[in-house]
Amino acid sequence: MVEDDRRYMREPAKRVFAQEFRESDLTYREGDDIYSPQYLITPTGAKVNRLFVTGTMIERDDIGGEVEYWRARITDPTGVFLVYAGQYQQEAAEVIATTEPPAFVAVIGKQNIYTTPEETTITSIRPERIQVIEEETVDQWIIDTAEQTLKRLQNRSELLEEAVKHYQTDPERYREMVATALDALKH
Amino acid sequence: MDLSVAGDIRERFLKLGVDLDEEDINQRLRRLTLEFKVPEDEARRSVINYFLKENGLEREKYYAGASDDLIAIGDIKEEGRWVNLKAKVVQLWEPSHESIHQTGLLGDGTGTIKFTMFESSSDPEEMVLEEGRSYLIRGAVTGIWQGRYQLNFNRATTIEEIDEEIIVESPTQEFTGVIVEIQSGSGLIKRCPECNRALSKGSCNEHGRVEGVYDLRIKAVIDDGEKTQDVIINRELTEELCGITLEEARDMATEALDHGIVADVIRRKILARYYTITGRRFDRYLLAETIKPKKFSNDVLERLLSQVSQSSE
Repeated sequence: MVEDDRRYMREPAKRVFAQEFRESDLTYREGDDIYSPQYLITPTGAKVNRLFVTGTMIERDDIGGEVEYWRARITDPTGVFLVYAGQYQQEAAEVIATTEPPAFVAVIGKQNIYTTPEETTITSIRPERIQVIEEETVDQWIIDTAEQTLKRLQNRSELLEEAVKHYQTDPERYREMVATALDALKH
Repeated sequence: MDLSVAGDIRERFLKLGVDLDEEDINQRLRRLTLEFKVPEDEARRSVINYFLKENGLEREKYYAGASDDLIAIGDIKEEGRWVNLKAKVVQLWEPSHESIHQTGLLGDGTGTIKFTMFESSSDPEEMVLEEGRSYLIRGAVTGIWQGRYQLNFNRATTIEEIDEEIIVESPTQEFTGVIVEIQSGSGLIKRCPECNRALSKGSCNEHGRVEGVYDLRIKAVIDDGEKTQDVIINRELTEELCGITLEEARDMATEALDHGIVADVIRRKILARYYTITGRRFDRYLLAETIKPKKFSNDVLERLLSQVSQSSE
Protein backbone atom coordinates (compact mmCIF):
# COMPACT_ATOMS: atom_id res chain seq x y z
CA MET A 1 0.00 0.00 0.00
CA VAL A 2 2.77 2.37 0.94
CA GLU A 3 4.79 1.36 -2.11
CA ASP A 4 1.81 2.06 -4.28
CA ASP A 5 1.42 5.59 -2.97
CA ARG A 6 5.06 6.39 -3.35
CA ARG A 7 4.77 5.83 -7.07
CA TYR A 8 3.28 9.30 -7.45
CA MET A 9 6.04 11.02 -5.55
CA ARG A 10 8.84 12.82 -7.32
CA GLU A 11 11.72 10.44 -7.79
CA PRO A 12 14.86 11.51 -5.93
CA ALA A 13 17.94 12.11 -8.06
CA LYS A 14 20.47 9.38 -7.26
CA ARG A 15 24.19 10.12 -6.95
CA VAL A 16 26.26 7.68 -8.97
CA PHE A 17 29.82 7.97 -10.32
CA ALA A 18 30.37 7.70 -14.08
CA GLN A 19 32.21 4.37 -13.89
CA GLU A 20 29.37 2.73 -12.00
CA PHE A 21 26.69 4.26 -14.25
CA ARG A 22 28.51 3.02 -17.33
CA GLU A 23 28.66 -0.54 -15.95
CA SER A 24 24.91 -0.61 -15.20
CA ASP A 25 22.45 -2.58 -17.33
CA LEU A 26 19.92 -4.13 -14.93
CA THR A 27 16.53 -2.52 -15.50
CA TYR A 28 13.02 -3.25 -14.35
CA ARG A 29 9.62 -1.65 -14.45
CA GLU A 30 7.49 -1.23 -11.36
CA GLY A 31 3.95 -2.16 -12.39
CA ASP A 32 3.01 -3.10 -15.92
CA ASP A 33 1.42 -0.16 -17.71
CA ILE A 34 3.31 2.29 -19.91
CA TYR A 35 3.27 4.93 -17.16
CA SER A 36 5.03 2.69 -14.66
CA PRO A 37 8.44 4.11 -13.86
CA GLN A 38 11.47 2.27 -15.10
CA TYR A 39 14.41 1.78 -12.78
CA LEU A 40 18.04 1.00 -13.30
CA ILE A 41 19.77 -1.00 -10.56
CA THR A 42 23.47 -0.14 -10.43
CA PRO A 43 26.24 -2.49 -9.26
CA THR A 44 26.20 -1.00 -5.73
CA GLY A 45 22.41 -1.25 -5.53
CA ALA A 46 21.25 2.29 -6.33
CA LYS A 47 17.71 2.23 -7.69
CA VAL A 48 17.79 4.95 -10.32
CA ASN A 49 14.95 6.70 -12.07
CA ARG A 50 16.54 10.14 -11.94
CA LEU A 51 20.17 11.21 -11.49
CA PHE A 52 22.10 14.22 -10.32
CA VAL A 53 25.64 14.29 -11.69
CA THR A 54 28.32 16.93 -12.10
CA GLY A 55 31.64 17.15 -13.90
CA THR A 56 33.47 18.79 -16.74
CA MET A 57 31.80 19.05 -20.11
CA ILE A 58 34.80 18.31 -22.35
CA GLU A 59 33.07 17.89 -25.69
CA ARG A 60 29.75 18.69 -27.27
CA ASP A 61 28.53 17.99 -30.78
CA ASP A 62 25.35 18.58 -32.68
CA ILE A 63 24.82 15.13 -34.16
CA GLY A 64 21.30 15.87 -35.43
CA GLY A 65 20.25 16.40 -39.00
CA GLU A 66 17.74 19.15 -39.69
CA VAL A 67 16.77 19.28 -36.04
CA GLU A 68 19.49 19.93 -33.48
CA TYR A 69 20.44 16.94 -31.38
CA TRP A 70 23.26 17.50 -28.93
CA ARG A 71 25.63 14.97 -27.43
CA ALA A 72 27.81 16.10 -24.54
CA ARG A 73 30.59 14.22 -22.79
CA ILE A 74 30.82 15.03 -19.10
CA THR A 75 33.68 13.60 -17.07
CA ASP A 76 34.03 12.93 -13.37
CA PRO A 77 37.22 11.47 -11.82
CA THR A 78 36.04 7.91 -12.61
CA GLY A 79 34.82 8.16 -16.20
CA VAL A 80 32.42 9.78 -18.66
CA PHE A 81 28.69 10.45 -18.69
CA LEU A 82 27.02 10.72 -22.08
CA VAL A 83 24.23 13.27 -22.25
CA TYR A 84 21.85 13.55 -25.21
CA ALA A 85 19.47 16.50 -25.62
CA GLY A 86 17.14 17.16 -28.53
CA GLN A 87 13.95 19.06 -29.28
CA TYR A 88 12.16 17.58 -26.26
CA GLN A 89 14.89 18.78 -23.90
CA GLN A 90 15.02 22.25 -25.37
CA GLU A 91 16.26 24.15 -22.34
CA ALA A 92 19.03 21.66 -21.69
CA ALA A 93 19.96 21.57 -25.38
CA GLU A 94 20.24 25.34 -25.37
CA VAL A 95 22.62 25.30 -22.40
CA ILE A 96 24.82 22.72 -24.15
CA ALA A 97 24.75 24.72 -27.39
CA THR A 98 25.77 27.97 -25.70
CA THR A 99 28.39 26.61 -23.29
CA GLU A 100 31.96 26.47 -24.54
CA PRO A 101 33.86 23.37 -23.29
CA PRO A 102 35.64 22.78 -21.03
CA ALA A 103 33.13 23.91 -18.40
CA PHE A 104 31.89 22.67 -15.04
CA VAL A 105 28.27 21.57 -15.35
CA ALA A 106 25.58 19.79 -13.35
CA VAL A 107 22.93 17.57 -14.93
CA ILE A 108 19.59 16.51 -13.50
CA GLY A 109 17.93 13.92 -15.71
CA LYS A 110 16.67 10.45 -16.44
CA GLN A 111 18.76 7.45 -17.39
CA ASN A 112 18.50 6.01 -20.85
CA ILE A 113 19.62 2.45 -21.56
CA TYR A 114 20.29 1.34 -25.12
CA THR A 115 21.27 -2.16 -26.18
CA THR A 116 23.07 -2.42 -29.52
CA PRO A 117 22.40 -5.35 -31.91
CA GLU A 118 25.71 -6.73 -30.62
CA GLU A 119 24.20 -6.85 -27.12
CA THR A 120 26.39 -4.09 -25.77
CA THR A 121 24.60 -1.75 -23.39
CA ILE A 122 25.11 1.97 -23.56
CA THR A 123 23.93 4.15 -20.69
CA SER A 124 23.29 7.83 -21.15
CA ILE A 125 21.37 10.66 -19.51
CA ARG A 126 18.36 12.49 -20.94
CA PRO A 127 18.64 15.84 -19.20
CA GLU A 128 15.79 17.73 -17.54
CA ARG A 129 18.16 20.49 -16.46
CA ILE A 130 21.75 21.37 -17.23
CA GLN A 131 23.39 24.14 -15.30
CA VAL A 132 26.83 25.71 -15.51
CA ILE A 133 28.27 25.57 -11.99
CA GLU A 134 31.45 26.39 -10.10
CA GLU A 135 34.18 23.95 -9.09
CA GLU A 136 33.17 23.93 -5.44
CA THR A 137 29.82 22.37 -6.31
CA VAL A 138 31.62 19.64 -8.28
CA ASP A 139 33.76 18.95 -5.20
CA GLN A 140 30.67 18.76 -3.02
CA TRP A 141 29.04 16.36 -5.43
CA ILE A 142 32.10 14.09 -5.33
CA ILE A 143 31.89 13.97 -1.52
CA ASP A 144 28.12 13.47 -1.62
CA THR A 145 28.38 10.69 -4.22
CA ALA A 146 31.27 9.01 -2.39
CA GLU A 147 29.25 9.01 0.82
CA GLN A 148 26.10 7.64 -0.81
CA THR A 149 28.02 4.96 -2.74
CA LEU A 150 29.78 3.73 0.43
CA LYS A 151 26.46 3.76 2.26
CA ARG A 152 24.91 1.56 -0.42
CA LEU A 153 27.81 -0.90 -0.16
CA GLN A 154 27.48 -1.05 3.62
CA ASN A 155 23.73 -1.25 3.92
CA ARG A 156 23.47 -4.78 2.49
CA SER A 157 20.00 -4.01 1.24
CA GLU A 158 17.90 -6.30 -0.90
CA LEU A 159 18.81 -4.08 -3.84
CA LEU A 160 22.50 -4.67 -3.23
CA GLU A 161 21.84 -8.42 -3.06
CA GLU A 162 20.04 -8.24 -6.37
CA ALA A 163 22.89 -6.19 -7.84
CA VAL A 164 25.52 -8.65 -6.61
CA LYS A 165 23.58 -11.51 -8.14
CA HIS A 166 23.44 -9.77 -11.52
CA TYR A 167 26.82 -8.03 -11.68
CA GLN A 168 28.88 -10.24 -9.34
CA THR A 169 29.73 -6.92 -7.71
CA ASP A 170 33.15 -6.89 -6.08
CA PRO A 171 32.72 -4.26 -3.32
CA GLU A 172 36.45 -3.70 -3.24
CA ARG A 173 36.43 -2.48 -6.84
CA TYR A 174 33.81 0.14 -6.04
CA ARG A 175 35.62 1.25 -2.90
CA GLU A 176 38.64 1.80 -5.13
CA MET A 177 36.45 3.81 -7.49
CA VAL A 178 35.36 5.97 -4.54
CA ALA A 179 39.01 6.35 -3.46
CA THR A 180 39.94 7.48 -6.99
CA ALA A 181 37.16 10.09 -6.92
CA LEU A 182 38.17 11.39 -3.47
CA ASP A 183 41.85 11.57 -4.50
CA ALA A 184 40.85 14.16 -7.07
CA LEU A 185 39.88 16.45 -4.20
CA LYS A 186 43.33 16.53 -2.62
CA HIS A 187 44.49 19.68 -4.32
CA MET B 1 4.86 -10.28 21.22
CA ASP B 2 3.83 -8.29 24.22
CA LEU B 3 1.36 -10.07 26.47
CA SER B 4 -0.51 -6.83 27.00
CA VAL B 5 -1.43 -6.70 23.30
CA ALA B 6 -3.55 -9.80 23.75
CA GLY B 7 -4.98 -8.36 26.96
CA ASP B 8 -5.80 -5.15 25.18
CA ILE B 9 -7.59 -6.95 22.37
CA ARG B 10 -9.55 -9.04 24.87
CA GLU B 11 -10.63 -5.95 26.76
CA ARG B 12 -11.86 -4.18 23.65
CA PHE B 13 -13.87 -7.22 22.60
CA LEU B 14 -15.37 -7.39 26.08
CA LYS B 15 -16.74 -3.87 25.51
CA LEU B 16 -18.46 -5.23 22.42
CA GLY B 17 -19.91 -8.07 24.50
CA VAL B 18 -17.57 -10.84 23.38
CA ASP B 19 -15.47 -12.76 25.88
CA LEU B 20 -12.36 -14.15 24.19
CA ASP B 21 -9.74 -16.46 25.60
CA GLU B 22 -6.57 -14.42 26.09
CA GLU B 23 -4.36 -17.45 25.55
CA ASP B 24 -6.05 -18.11 22.21
CA ILE B 25 -5.40 -14.52 21.11
CA ASN B 26 -1.83 -14.78 22.24
CA GLN B 27 -1.19 -18.02 20.39
CA ARG B 28 -2.50 -16.54 17.17
CA LEU B 29 -0.31 -13.47 17.56
CA ARG B 30 2.77 -15.57 18.33
CA ARG B 31 2.17 -17.86 15.41
CA LEU B 32 2.15 -14.90 13.01
CA THR B 33 5.05 -12.97 14.52
CA LEU B 34 7.39 -15.78 15.50
CA GLU B 35 6.61 -18.48 12.99
CA PHE B 36 5.66 -16.38 9.96
CA LYS B 37 7.74 -13.28 10.76
CA VAL B 38 4.77 -10.98 10.29
CA PRO B 39 5.36 -7.44 11.66
CA GLU B 40 3.70 -6.91 15.03
CA ASP B 41 1.20 -4.33 13.77
CA GLU B 42 0.07 -6.50 10.90
CA ALA B 43 -0.25 -9.50 13.18
CA ARG B 44 -2.43 -7.51 15.56
CA ARG B 45 -4.61 -6.25 12.75
CA SER B 46 -4.98 -9.71 11.27
CA VAL B 47 -5.89 -11.34 14.61
CA ILE B 48 -8.44 -8.60 15.37
CA ASN B 49 -9.98 -9.07 11.93
CA TYR B 50 -10.15 -12.81 12.50
CA PHE B 51 -12.13 -12.40 15.73
CA LEU B 52 -14.35 -9.69 14.26
CA LYS B 53 -15.31 -12.03 11.43
CA GLU B 54 -15.72 -14.96 13.76
CA ASN B 55 -18.21 -12.98 15.84
CA GLY B 56 -19.91 -11.18 12.99
CA LEU B 57 -18.84 -7.71 14.15
CA GLU B 58 -18.14 -4.68 11.96
CA ARG B 59 -14.66 -3.23 11.76
CA GLU B 60 -15.95 0.28 12.39
CA LYS B 61 -17.53 -0.72 15.69
CA TYR B 62 -14.31 -2.14 17.06
CA TYR B 63 -12.13 0.80 16.09
CA ALA B 64 -14.52 3.70 16.54
CA GLY B 65 -15.26 2.76 20.14
CA ALA B 66 -11.70 1.78 20.79
CA SER B 67 -10.41 4.78 22.60
CA ASP B 68 -11.22 8.24 23.83
CA ASP B 69 -7.60 9.31 23.70
CA LEU B 70 -6.79 12.37 21.63
CA ILE B 71 -3.84 12.24 19.28
CA ALA B 72 -1.61 15.18 18.32
CA ILE B 73 -1.20 15.67 14.57
CA GLY B 74 2.57 15.42 14.87
CA ASP B 75 2.16 11.95 16.42
CA ILE B 76 0.28 10.50 13.44
CA LYS B 77 2.83 8.05 12.06
CA GLU B 78 0.78 5.06 11.00
CA GLU B 79 -1.84 4.49 8.36
CA GLY B 80 -5.10 2.67 8.92
CA ARG B 81 -5.55 3.88 12.50
CA TRP B 82 -8.76 5.29 13.94
CA VAL B 83 -8.00 8.48 15.82
CA ASN B 84 -9.65 11.31 17.75
CA LEU B 85 -8.24 14.81 17.72
CA LYS B 86 -8.86 18.46 18.40
CA ALA B 87 -7.81 20.64 15.51
CA LYS B 88 -8.40 23.91 13.73
CA VAL B 89 -9.31 24.21 10.06
CA VAL B 90 -6.37 26.08 8.55
CA GLN B 91 -7.58 26.06 4.97
CA LEU B 92 -10.33 24.60 2.84
CA TRP B 93 -9.70 23.59 -0.76
CA GLU B 94 -11.90 23.14 -3.73
CA PRO B 95 -12.69 19.39 -3.91
CA SER B 96 -11.10 17.88 -7.00
CA HIS B 97 -13.79 15.24 -7.40
CA GLU B 98 -17.54 15.17 -6.89
CA SER B 99 -17.27 12.30 -4.43
CA ILE B 100 -15.39 14.60 -2.06
CA HIS B 101 -17.57 16.73 0.19
CA GLN B 102 -14.86 18.81 1.81
CA THR B 103 -11.09 18.78 1.82
CA GLY B 104 -8.46 20.97 3.39
CA LEU B 105 -5.87 21.32 6.05
CA LEU B 106 -6.23 20.79 9.79
CA GLY B 107 -3.68 22.00 12.30
CA ASP B 108 -2.78 21.90 15.97
CA GLY B 109 0.25 22.80 18.06
CA THR B 110 2.31 19.99 16.54
CA GLY B 111 1.70 20.28 12.81
CA THR B 112 -0.80 20.20 9.99
CA ILE B 113 -2.50 17.37 8.11
CA LYS B 114 -4.71 17.10 5.06
CA PHE B 115 -8.24 15.82 5.60
CA THR B 116 -10.81 14.50 3.17
CA MET B 117 -14.50 14.13 3.89
CA PHE B 118 -16.22 11.99 1.31
CA GLU B 119 -19.72 12.70 0.14
CA SER B 120 -20.81 9.36 1.49
CA SER B 121 -19.51 10.24 4.95
CA SER B 122 -22.82 11.55 6.19
CA ASP B 123 -25.66 13.89 5.42
CA PRO B 124 -24.07 16.47 3.12
CA GLU B 125 -26.00 19.26 4.81
CA GLU B 126 -24.39 18.44 8.10
CA MET B 127 -20.75 18.35 9.15
CA VAL B 128 -19.60 21.42 7.34
CA LEU B 129 -16.22 22.61 8.52
CA GLU B 130 -15.36 26.29 8.39
CA GLU B 131 -11.97 27.90 8.06
CA GLY B 132 -10.54 29.23 11.31
CA ARG B 133 -12.87 27.21 13.53
CA SER B 134 -11.85 24.42 15.88
CA TYR B 135 -13.40 20.97 16.14
CA LEU B 136 -13.31 17.79 18.14
CA ILE B 137 -13.15 14.98 15.60
CA ARG B 138 -13.76 11.37 16.59
CA GLY B 139 -13.25 8.29 14.52
CA ALA B 140 -11.18 9.69 11.65
CA VAL B 141 -8.98 7.20 9.84
CA THR B 142 -5.34 7.88 9.03
CA GLY B 143 -4.11 7.21 5.53
CA ILE B 144 -1.06 7.92 3.45
CA TRP B 145 -0.83 9.56 0.05
CA GLN B 146 2.24 10.77 -1.79
CA GLY B 147 4.23 9.76 1.25
CA ARG B 148 2.32 12.03 3.62
CA TYR B 149 -0.22 11.23 6.25
CA GLN B 150 -3.78 12.39 5.89
CA LEU B 151 -7.11 11.92 7.61
CA ASN B 152 -10.21 10.45 6.03
CA PHE B 153 -13.64 11.08 7.52
CA ASN B 154 -16.18 8.31 7.02
CA ARG B 155 -19.69 7.44 8.19
CA ALA B 156 -18.52 6.66 11.70
CA THR B 157 -16.68 9.97 12.08
CA THR B 158 -18.28 12.55 14.34
CA ILE B 159 -17.40 16.23 14.27
CA GLU B 160 -18.26 18.73 16.94
CA GLU B 161 -17.33 22.39 16.99
CA ILE B 162 -15.48 23.45 20.13
CA ASP B 163 -15.00 26.84 21.68
CA GLU B 164 -11.28 26.53 22.12
CA GLU B 165 -8.47 28.57 20.59
CA ILE B 166 -6.02 26.18 18.94
CA ILE B 167 -2.73 27.67 17.88
CA VAL B 168 -1.42 25.98 14.77
CA GLU B 169 2.29 25.45 14.70
CA SER B 170 4.67 23.01 13.11
CA PRO B 171 8.04 22.07 14.52
CA THR B 172 11.09 23.47 12.71
CA GLN B 173 12.67 21.03 10.31
CA GLU B 174 15.96 20.96 8.47
CA PHE B 175 16.77 19.61 5.02
CA THR B 176 20.16 19.46 3.34
CA GLY B 177 20.46 18.65 -0.34
CA VAL B 178 20.61 19.92 -3.88
CA ILE B 179 18.04 22.21 -5.46
CA VAL B 180 16.99 20.05 -8.41
CA GLU B 181 14.08 22.10 -9.73
CA ILE B 182 12.75 25.65 -9.76
CA GLN B 183 9.05 25.28 -10.39
CA SER B 184 6.73 27.50 -12.38
CA GLY B 185 5.28 30.26 -10.24
CA SER B 186 8.80 31.21 -9.13
CA GLY B 187 10.43 34.60 -9.56
CA LEU B 188 8.46 37.76 -10.10
CA ILE B 189 4.78 37.12 -9.42
CA LYS B 190 1.65 39.15 -8.78
CA ARG B 191 -0.63 38.62 -5.82
CA CYS B 192 -4.28 39.46 -5.27
CA PRO B 193 -4.57 42.63 -3.15
CA GLU B 194 -7.63 41.14 -1.43
CA CYS B 195 -6.50 37.69 -0.41
CA ASN B 196 -2.78 37.59 -1.21
CA ARG B 197 -3.15 34.53 -3.43
CA ALA B 198 -0.75 34.37 -6.37
CA LEU B 199 -2.52 35.42 -9.57
CA SER B 200 -2.70 33.09 -12.52
CA LYS B 201 -2.69 34.92 -15.87
CA GLY B 202 -3.69 38.15 -14.12
CA SER B 203 -6.68 36.61 -12.35
CA CYS B 204 -7.34 35.60 -8.79
CA ASN B 205 -9.16 32.29 -8.32
CA GLU B 206 -11.40 33.97 -5.78
CA HIS B 207 -11.67 37.59 -6.89
CA GLY B 208 -11.29 37.44 -10.66
CA ARG B 209 -9.36 40.12 -12.57
CA VAL B 210 -7.57 42.41 -10.13
CA GLU B 211 -4.69 44.88 -10.14
CA GLY B 212 -1.97 42.59 -8.76
CA VAL B 213 0.73 43.46 -6.26
CA TYR B 214 4.28 42.43 -7.19
CA ASP B 215 6.12 39.88 -5.09
CA LEU B 216 9.20 37.71 -5.34
CA ARG B 217 9.30 34.07 -4.29
CA ILE B 218 10.77 30.69 -5.20
CA LYS B 219 9.04 27.34 -5.34
CA ALA B 220 11.84 24.81 -5.42
CA VAL B 221 12.48 21.11 -4.96
CA ILE B 222 15.41 20.09 -2.76
CA ASP B 223 16.74 16.54 -3.02
CA ASP B 224 19.21 14.62 -0.83
CA GLY B 225 19.46 11.57 -3.09
CA GLU B 226 16.96 9.59 -1.02
CA LYS B 227 13.97 11.88 -0.77
CA THR B 228 12.73 15.20 -2.11
CA GLN B 229 11.05 18.15 -0.41
CA ASP B 230 9.04 20.99 -1.94
CA VAL B 231 10.15 24.34 -0.56
CA ILE B 232 8.75 27.85 -0.66
CA ILE B 233 11.21 30.70 -0.26
CA ASN B 234 9.70 34.11 0.51
CA ARG B 235 10.70 37.51 -0.85
CA GLU B 236 13.11 38.45 1.90
CA LEU B 237 15.08 35.22 1.63
CA THR B 238 14.92 35.25 -2.16
CA GLU B 239 16.39 38.77 -2.24
CA GLU B 240 19.18 37.73 0.10
CA LEU B 241 19.86 34.43 -1.65
CA CYS B 242 19.93 35.76 -5.20
CA GLY B 243 21.29 39.24 -4.52
CA ILE B 244 18.38 40.86 -6.30
CA THR B 245 15.71 43.11 -4.81
CA LEU B 246 12.05 43.17 -5.78
CA GLU B 247 12.67 46.62 -7.35
CA GLU B 248 15.54 45.32 -9.45
CA ALA B 249 13.51 42.28 -10.46
CA ARG B 250 10.70 44.56 -11.66
CA ASP B 251 13.08 46.75 -13.64
CA MET B 252 14.69 43.69 -15.16
CA ALA B 253 11.31 42.29 -16.22
CA THR B 254 10.18 45.65 -17.64
CA GLU B 255 13.34 46.00 -19.66
CA ALA B 256 13.16 42.45 -21.02
CA LEU B 257 9.37 42.67 -21.49
CA ASP B 258 9.33 39.25 -19.84
CA HIS B 259 8.67 38.20 -16.25
CA GLY B 260 10.35 34.87 -16.95
CA ILE B 261 13.76 36.50 -16.95
CA VAL B 262 13.71 36.76 -13.15
CA ALA B 263 13.12 33.02 -12.77
CA ASP B 264 16.05 32.45 -15.15
CA VAL B 265 18.31 34.56 -12.96
CA ILE B 266 17.22 32.58 -9.89
CA ARG B 267 17.75 29.29 -11.70
CA ARG B 268 21.28 30.19 -12.77
CA LYS B 269 22.08 31.23 -9.21
CA ILE B 270 20.72 28.34 -7.13
CA LEU B 271 19.78 25.37 -9.33
CA ALA B 272 22.08 22.35 -8.83
CA ARG B 273 23.69 23.88 -5.73
CA TYR B 274 23.82 22.43 -2.22
CA TYR B 275 21.91 24.15 0.59
CA THR B 276 20.69 23.57 4.12
CA ILE B 277 17.17 24.89 4.60
CA THR B 278 15.31 25.19 7.88
CA GLY B 279 11.64 25.99 8.16
CA ARG B 280 8.22 24.80 9.10
CA ARG B 281 6.07 22.43 7.18
CA PHE B 282 2.80 23.66 5.71
CA ASP B 283 0.86 21.08 3.76
CA ARG B 284 3.43 19.54 1.41
CA TYR B 285 5.73 22.53 1.53
CA LEU B 286 8.60 23.46 3.76
CA LEU B 287 8.31 27.22 4.33
CA ALA B 288 11.93 28.34 4.44
CA GLU B 289 13.05 30.42 7.41
CA THR B 290 16.78 30.16 6.76
CA ILE B 291 18.70 28.97 3.72
CA LYS B 292 22.47 28.54 3.79
CA PRO B 293 24.86 27.28 1.12
CA LYS B 294 26.38 24.01 2.28
CA LYS B 295 30.10 24.43 2.64
CA PHE B 296 32.69 21.93 1.49
CA SER B 297 33.71 19.93 4.53
CA ASN B 298 37.32 18.74 4.92
CA ASP B 299 36.23 16.72 7.95
CA VAL B 300 33.82 14.68 5.88
CA LEU B 301 36.51 14.22 3.21
CA GLU B 302 38.97 12.95 5.85
CA ARG B 303 36.39 10.57 7.26
CA LEU B 304 35.53 9.15 3.83
CA LEU B 305 39.21 8.81 2.90
CA SER B 306 39.93 6.84 6.05
CA GLN B 307 36.87 4.70 5.36
CA VAL B 308 38.10 3.65 1.91
CA SER B 309 41.73 3.20 2.94
CA GLN B 310 40.80 1.01 5.91
CA SER B 311 38.74 -1.35 3.85
CA SER B 312 41.45 -1.93 1.26
CA GLU B 313 43.95 -3.10 3.87
